[in-house]
Parts: sequence; structure tokens; C-alpha cells
Amino acid sequence: MAEELLLEMVTPEEMVFSNTVEEVYIPGEEGAFGVLINHAPLLSAVKTGELHYIRGGKTVYYAVGEGYAEVVGDRVTLLVETCDRADRIDTDKVRRQKEMLEKRLDELSKEEEAEIEKVKAELALAETRLKVAEKA
Amino acid sequence: MAESLRDIKRQTQAVEKTKQITRAMNMVAASKLKSAQTRMENFRPYAGKVREVLKSLASQMSESTNPLLTVRESKRVRIMLMTSDKGLCGGFNTNVIKTAEDFIKRQRREGKEITMITVGKKGRDYFRRKETIVSHHVDVLGRFTMDLAVSLGNEVIFPFEAAEYDELYMIYNEFRNIASQRPKVVRVLPLQEEDIDEMAGGFYRDYIYEPSEEILFAQLVPMYIKVQIFNGLLETSAGEHGARMVAMENASNNCEEMIESLTLRFNKARQAAITAELMDIVGGTEALAKSF
Repeated sequence: MAEELLLEMVTPEEMVFSNTVEEVYIPGEEGAFGVLINHAPLLSAVKTGELHYIRGGKTVYYAVGEGYAEVVGDRVTLLVETCDRADRIDTDKVRRQKEMLEKRLDELSKEEEAEIEKVKAELALAETRLKVAEKA
Repeated sequence: MAESLRDIKRQTQAVEKTKQITRAMNMVAASKLKSAQTRMENFRPYAGKVREVLKSLASQMSESTNPLLTVRESKRVRIMLMTSDKGLCGGFNTNVIKTAEDFIKRQRREGKEITMITVGKKGRDYFRRKETIVSHHVDVLGRFTMDLAVSLGNEVIFPFEAAEYDELYMIYNEFRNIASQRPKVVRVLPLQEEDIDEMAGGFYRDYIYEPSEEILFAQLVPMYIKVQIFNGLLETSAGEHGARMVAMENASNNCEEMIESLTLRFNKARQAAITAELMDIVGGTEALAKSF
């Protein structure tokens, strides 16, 4: 069928997903947006958040890290740091990670701005993962 | 007097043990190489995509004002050298260190000031007393993720923007195939414009940009630098295991040869000892027979 959208999700570690979908919702930096077939070419920054696509009438959720999305014709390419499918998220592990990050954030002094930013970003990712995991 | 049998035997056993170790190391390296190669392959689509997006963005930009593309008169050169942490991998580190040394010599002749960042123990140990090392990273190559490339990237990008140095070169072993790595020198900063320009023509797409192309471009350039660094790290790690595998293979073969020649010597000595003993007995009986 030509009326399908090819979705590719790539992280530095692997090609996470590469298949056709009916539609996909991406957490863009300037707000979430949905992509259907024949979308206008688009290049957008992606922020940490929830992504889902519909394939065969079923919705699948992912937690994604920061990155970029490129839409060209019938292809969507997602370049993200991390990408985890909802039902593959180990909630216990993420929870432990979150606690550790929160503790670390408390310990950091105000001068360590870069470090604080980094920990905050990781914390946001952990929270997103937990939220997405509930939808599995 | 022939060598003592016991000495030869002891020597053979020692070589035998060494062979066991080198064989084991060879197999460990082989399995590590495999996973390193898989990582390299998995990274390729990502790296290719980042490059592609960056190029198509560059084609839209009229005049790039990105600080990472600014070419300054080159006076201070920084080198990021990637070596392994451990030895026993043939000429892997020696080659890349030699390349770095030649490179430094050439740059010096042109009156440039050199500073270094080293990744891996071997490079740091070699250049510790010879050059100024601004920062070193050891024991990071065993298990690393993109995080390492990101922090290394930030470590070179900020000082470059602050004009602490003018050019950054990355020197590492390019992974060609299992048996061959070649030292490579790449200029990372300022970003080579021809690198981006090369594809810019004929690759025009009327994108909607979110946020604006300037902002996206400003984010993607550092990202591209990190991708390059990560690629260097991956190739170094795969190369190290490949080199070690080959080195250990050779070592095992040499052990085998030694064992063979030692066994030969052992047999000869044994034969000589038997002959000598026989001569003694024959001589003894003859002497006895005469006396009767």
C-alpha cells in the first residue's frame, strides 16, 4: 500500500523501529504534533516526552529523549538520544534511578549549573518513562 | 653434555601455559570485537542521518554565523588523541602515537602551540612528560555510551567558542577491517565547510522549521561534532580488539612453534641420554668380560 507512512526511529545505539504506521504523534519542542501521510516537509527539534504511533488500529507508546524529527513525503525519521517502548520499561529500575537523581540534585550546589541542567534533563526523562510505562 | 631433560620439560610446560593464556585472550578479544563491530554498524544510520539533516539545513542558510564554523588564524592547535587503555595489541597504540608525534612535529615547525586531550591510558602515559595535556580520560573505553562523546564534545566545544584554541584535530585508529587499522588525523573544529557544502547543492527541500533554522543549525552543529567523536571512539574500540585478536593469534602460533622445537630438542636429548647409557652398559659388560 502506498498510503502508508514509514517511521524510522534511530538512536546512537541502534535502529529502534523501522516500519510503516498510519499516524505518529511526536513531542516537538514547540508542542506535540501528529503526522499523517503527505505531511509537508518538516524538520523539528524533539524534546523529552511521549511519542505514540498507530499501526493496524493499535496504539503503541514510547518514551523518547531529546533529538530531531524529519518528515519528508511519506517518511518520518526520528533521531533521538534514547527511545523506549512503554512495555519494555523497567519501572522499578527507573524509579530507583529517579530517587538517585533527586538526591543528587539536592546535593549539587548552585554553581554547578551545567551539572544541574544535566541531572534535570535526566530526571525529566525518568519521569516521562514512568508516565509512559503506565500506558503499556 | 646435552641439556638436562628436566630443564627442557619445564620450559615446554611454561610455553604451554603461555599459549593457553594467549589463546584465551584471543577468544575474548574476538567476542569483544564482535560486539564493538555491531555497535559501529548500529551507529551508522544515526550518524548518516545527522549528517544529512545538517547538510540540508546548511543549504538553507545564507551566511553561517555559527561560532563552530569560524576559521581563525591557526596558532593554537589542540589534539584529541585516542588510544587504548591496555597493551598487548600489537602496533595499535604505537602507530597512532607515532602519527600524533609526526603531526605535532609538523605543526611545531609552523610555529603552532600544541595542547592535548588524551583518551586511553597509553596515549596519556606516552605524552605525559612531553606535551601539555589539558585533560585525560582513562579507563573509559571498556563500556561507554554516547554520554562519553557528549561530555568530550562539550569539553572541546566550549573552549573553542571561547577562543582558547583555534583548531581541533582528532587522531585515532580508523577501523578498516579486523586485521587492519590505520591512524587517521581529522580536523574536527572549526567544522570543515566543504564537508557540509559538498552535498548542499541539489539538496533543497522546502522544510517547515521548528524552531527556526538558525536555532536548529546551532543545535545540530555541536551534535555533529559529538557524532564524530563517538565515531572515533567506536572505531578505536573495535580496532583495539581487532588488533589484540591478531596479536594474540600470532603469539599463540609462535608458542606452538616453540613447543615444537622444544619437543624436538627434548627427544634428541632423550635419545642422546639413552645412547650414552647404552654405551656405559656395553662398556661395562665388556670390561667385566675381559677380566674373566
